This record gives sequence, structure tokens and C-alpha cells, in this order.
Amino acid sequence: MPVTTYIDAIKEGIWEEMEKDERVFILGEDVGIYGGAFKVTKGMLDKFGPMRVIDTPISESAIVGAAIGAALVGMRPVAEMQFIDFISCAFDQIVNFAAKCRYRWGAGVPIVVRGPSGGGVHGGPFHSQNPEAYFFNVPGLKIVCPSTAYDAKGLIKAAIRDPDPVLYFEHKFLYRRIKEDLPTEDFVVPIGKAAIRRQGEDLSIITYGAMVYKALEAAEALAGMGIDVEVLDLRSILPLDEEAILATAKKTSKVIVLHEATLTGGPGGEVVARIAEKAFEYLDGPIVRIAPPDTPVPYSPPLEEAFLPQTMDIVEKAKKLAAY
Amino acid sequence: MAVDVIMPQMGESIAEGTIVKWLKGVGESVDRDEPLFEISTDKVDAEIPSPSAGVLLEILVPEGKTVEINTVVGRIGAAGEAKQPADRPAPSAPKPAAAPVKPAPAPTPAPAPAAAPQSPPSFTRSSPVVQKIAAEHGVDVSLVEGTGEGGRVTKKDIMDYIASGSAAAPPVTPAQPAAPARPAVPTAPSPGPAAPKAPAPPKAAVFAAGQEEVREQMSIMRRKIAEHMVMSKHTSPHVYTIFEVDMNEVVKRRDASKREFEAEGVKLTFLPYFIEACIRGIKEYPIINSSVDGDTVIYKKTVNVGIAVALENGLIVPVIKHADQMNLLGLAKTAADLGERARTKRLVPDDVQGGTFTITNVGVFGGTFGLPIINQPQAAIMGIGTIMKRPVVIDDAIAIRPIVYLSLSYDHRIVDGADAARFLTVVKRELEKPAGA
Repeated sequence: MPVTTYIDAIKEGIWEEMEKDERVFILGEDVGIYGGAFKVTKGMLDKFGPMRVIDTPISESAIVGAAIGAALVGMRPVAEMQFIDFISCAFDQIVNFAAKCRYRWGAGVPIVVRGPSGGGVHGGPFHSQNPEAYFFNVPGLKIVCPSTAYDAKGLIKAAIRDPDPVLYFEHKFLYRRIKEDLPTEDFVVPIGKAAIRRQGEDLSIITYGAMVYKALEAAEALAGMGIDVEVLDLRSILPLDEEAILATAKKTSKVIVLHEATLTGGPGGEVVARIAEKAFEYLDGPIVRIAPPDTPVPYSPPLEEAFLPQTMDIVEKAKKLAAY
Repeated sequence: MAVDVIMPQMGESIAEGTIVKWLKGVGESVDRDEPLFEISTDKVDAEIPSPSAGVLLEILVPEGKTVEINTVVGRIGAAGEAKQPADRPAPSAPKPAAAPVKPAPAPTPAPAPAAAPQSPPSFTRSSPVVQKIAAEHGVDVSLVEGTGEGGRVTKKDIMDYIASGSAAAPPVTPAQPAAPARPAVPTAPSPGPAAPKAPAPPKAAVFAAGQEEVREQMSIMRRKIAEHMVMSKHTSPHVYTIFEVDMNEVVKRRDASKREFEAEGVKLTFLPYFIEACIRGIKEYPIINSSVDGDTVIYKKTVNVGIAVALENGLIVPVIKHADQMNLLGLAKTAADLGERARTKRLVPDDVQGGTFTITNVGVFGGTFGLPIINQPQAAIMGIGTIMKRPVVIDDAIAIRPIVYLSLSYDHRIVDGADAARFLTVVKRELEKPAGA
């Protein structure tokens, strides 16, 4: 049985879409000859040629701008940010042009901007960020954050096929740590749909990305203490799967929202607000957020470990909430 | 602006309270939440914190006087502030003023602004979901026993309550959390103080020259104990059985675990071992954990063990809830916490309710054994004597062993001597089983 890593799942998804649809092409820094900094696009240049696998200058604004232009004339570009941290250089292109085009001129911009996000690999402050919150407030964008190989493949395909701009934030910590058997047939994971990763009765942890695994580890530990935890993987954070969020909140009445983006202004606040507003009468305790403190991601390994939510942090907060 | 200090409501069935002691004198300054006075009620004694910072301007209710809840008992204001506004009656006749007349700081009927954070005012802490479920099922949340942080009623608590309540009709059901202690049950007054443990050293009466006797008003607690003891003896024909138990193995077990418990911040006494042994006995002979209601016997699934705690001027019986679900550490911790809070007057009414069996340590003050009075409406109470080294015969040789006498007082209406002996046999077996078994 072929076992597919998370990173290969992304590559397979792009590859299959490029085979199926000749409008799909990739562009980015070193995506061609070098095969990408993390080798997501390795082998693509040989397979699809330089017209569809384009090495660009070091200018994220130009990469996204070129992708938007191509999309407007009918192409389906997939733009890579070598590290997702650099997406801020393309901020104006994304939020003021790609996101608003359909509203302003009735022209959809079917681009995918993807790149490695997240910490845990000692990348320091410029190579470890989770920038989803910057874009979370931008109508017109979709944001996905896969946690499994299945979702990595299904969501990149859904993103490529989507008629509007999709930001695809893959987690570099998961690249080669997650392996799964994937179906051989074509599949997509719908954008905007969350998935229950673990059923539970006592408490819900709502999370996404690499934190899904921390939540599951914590849930295991808590099960030994008689606390039955449900884990909801959002998968997409824009749009949020409100139905799934409210369902789990109503089911367990106690909710922890966990993410790797820093606390203040992070996507978790919106999740909390929706629950407070629409499931207030179902709550049996305060909604708890667990997220890194409001600082840059530290380079020092012990500091980074302290910065990122760890399993025991989750266990401790969950115990308190369960006893509340 | 002067702030009224009122007699708080310590539990929903409490109508009055007695000022035991003012901790501040008139003119003394007090911080917000600093203990201001001590009260005594039917259920608990408590220290009441000051509702605001300032100077105690006046004391309207003197020590020893009993007033209705919400009565203004004193006033706090800025130093030099007028002692009382013109429209107030003279302090010499502190009318138990109908509380709502004054501009109460909070809108609820009995806001008890002076109540300490740990003392439940007239509302019960819960959560939106609990309120919703309560409304749907027509349940009064204040009747539900809260197991959450600070006594909060959790979703699980109310669901359990509803589940047990709907099945409450047949007589033999798991104990309903709150019902037995409700004032509506005429035969079961609040399980207040139980069998007298060795009384605290009585204050020597001061006789003036030529005076032959001194009369002293009983405290509320003393009165309640008196009533309860008479009622219990009147209700239940008491019979007593006494067993001798060799504590050698428990001593070993305790010595082995002491350090470990200390690491958890718990001083390991013998009490948890006795509780554990009693729970084993109850599991095998559930009649010990029952009560009488008319001509039915109510067997209780949950074992809530009351522990008599001697106080300076009386005693109180806080209850270890769900003791049958605790391990030794849990029992030790809970017993220590309740004992400490009993002695520092920080028990809340819920702490003394719902007991199904009581243990009293008559040995603390040197008694070889005692014959305690049943804590109604329970069926039995066990007294623990002093553990003393005694010569005993083992395998036809004389050995020195730590021996304790355990006495069981039981309600002969439902418990026969044979039941009591069987129960005590299990208790003895559990205590004497070899360490490590």
C-alpha cells in the first residue's frame, strides 16, 4: 500500500489537477529547477515544462500580481510563497485586488496562494508564523488549514477548482510527520466543512492545523482521567463551519478553542464569539482559548516550546474547565 | 454615603441569624471583605466580611441578639460621617426592619451584599445551560447539589438530579441529592450536629461572691444540638454493639503511605482507613446506609459520610459526599478540608447536608469507646475509641498490639444486632487485613 506524506499529498493534488486541467500552472521562488524549498513541486518542471512551472524573481507582490492577471484571463494559477511569512509582501495584491475583484467588477480571481506556515521546527520569527488572522477579516477570501494528508490533497484540489481566491496554509511541521493511505480515485474536501476527529461528551476542543494533534494527545491523556473530549478540526477557517462549531458546543457545553496563531485577534476569538452569541444557553462554563502569547515566534528551542501550546497546557486547562 | 450591613441569608431555608461577635468596634476602620462579624444560624456559623471599606459607624444589633435575615445590623461609612441620618430610628430599638424598604444595592430579593464569597447567597451558581435545562424541566436549581468549582451546579449535576428525581417514586432508589434534607420532610429536620463527640473544654462559669448558680442562654448551635439529640433518642430505639479491632496492619499501611501523602500536602490520619472500612461494610450490608420514612426503609446507593468535628463550643458534622467513590487520598483530602473549614467557620450549608452515615471519633479526647446518638435520619453512627497498645493473645502467646474499640449505635427499628455485628465484622476484616493485601 502506498503511504502518502502530508507534503506529497499536496504535491499529488496539484499534480493531478495540472494533468486534468491545462489552465492550472504553478509559479514561485525556486519552484522549478530546485523543486521548491521544501520540494513540494519537485519533478513538476520535468513533467509539465517551463510554461507551467515558473521560477519567479524574489517578489511576492509580483508573484501574486502575475497570478491574478493570469486568473483574470482564464488561468488557474497556484502561487507558492517560499515561507508563508512572506505573504505579507503580497498583502495589497491579495486583499485589495484578488479579494475585491468579484465584488467590484464581477470578475472572479481563481488563484491559490499556498505556502508552509507554522512553528515547531526552530525556524525563528520570520519562518514560523501563522498569518491566517491577517486575512481572516477580509471578505472575498477563503482560508484553509489542512491537518491530515487526506485533507491536504482534498483541500488543494478544492482550492484550485474554486472560482475565487483561496489561501492555502499548509503546516510545515506536518510535512513529513503525517502519513496516510489515500484513496486512488479523485476526491476533494469541501471548503468550509469541519471534521470531528474524536467523539466526546464532556468537553470540546475546536482547533485546526498542527494543533489538532496536540488536542488529540491531550484528549487521550484526559480520557485516562475520566474526561471525554471531542476534537473538532475546522479545516477551513474562512468560511467557518458554524454549524459544526455550534453543534459540538451544544453537545458538550464546555469549549476550548485552540490555535497556533497568537492569542489576540486570532481566529479563535471569532469562534468564541459565535458560540457566545448563538449557543449561550448551552454553555456550562466559560469558553477557554489556548494560543501562544502575543509575541513573535522565538528562535530558541526551549522558548519556542514554551511559546507553542503543548499537550500538558491543554490537559491542565481542560481539567479546570471540566471541573468548573 | 454610609453602607448598611445586613444579616445575610445563609442558605435558602434560613430565616434568622444571631450575631455571635462583632470583630470590629464602633469607630474602627475596616477593609472591604475584611471579616466584620460572626454569625450563627440553624445551619452554619460563619464570619461575615464587610460589604465595603470604611469605618464602622454604628452597631445596630448587639452580640447575642437574633434577628431576621436582611435586617440592618450595622453601618459603615467615612470617618466622621454622621452617625445616623435623621430619618433613622434610634439604635436602641433595632427593629428588624423589613429589608426591601432601604435602597438595596442589588435588585434580587435577598442580595445579601455582605455575604462572603464562599457563603451561598439566595441564588445558586450555575450556567446558562443549567438554567435552560432547569426551566425546561421546572427544576429549582437551588435544590440541586452542585459539584462544580465553588459548588456550581453543572450540567451533569442537573441531569443527574432530574434522572434521580423522576425515579424518586419507588422507595428503594439511589439517594436523591437534596430531597431528604428539604424542610418539607417533617420527620427529617436538617441533619445538624450529631452525637456529641467529646465536648470542648467548657468555659468555667464565673461565680460572683455568694452566687450559687449562673444562668447562661444556650447558643443557637447548643439549642439545635439539644433538640436534635432528644429527637433522635425519641425517634430511634438505640442499640449498641462494640468490636475490638487490631490496628497493627493499618499502622503499617499508614506508615508506608505517610510520606507519599505528605508529598500531596495531606496529613494521613487513621480516619480515612476507618471510612474506607465502613464503606466496605455498607456495600455488603446496605441497611446500615438507610433511613426510615414512615413504614418504608430507604436504602441509599451513595455513601455520604458525616464526620463529627468538635468546635470550641459545640460540634458540627460536615459530610464527605460520595465517599464511596473516593480513594484513600480523596477521603483524606476531603476530610482535612471539611475539618479545617468547620473549625474556621467556613462551611457552607451544603457541607452539612445529605449525610447517610456518620463517624465520630470519641478517642480524640481519650475515650476508650463511646455510645454516640444517631444523626437522624440516618440508621447508624460509628464511634471510634482511642487506639491504645494492649496485651492481646495471638496464637497462644501474648503480644502487644494497637487496639481500638469501635462502637456502632444503630436504629433497632430497622437494624438488628446480627446486621450490626455483620457490618462490624467486615469493618474489622478490612482494618485487619494484611498490609499489601
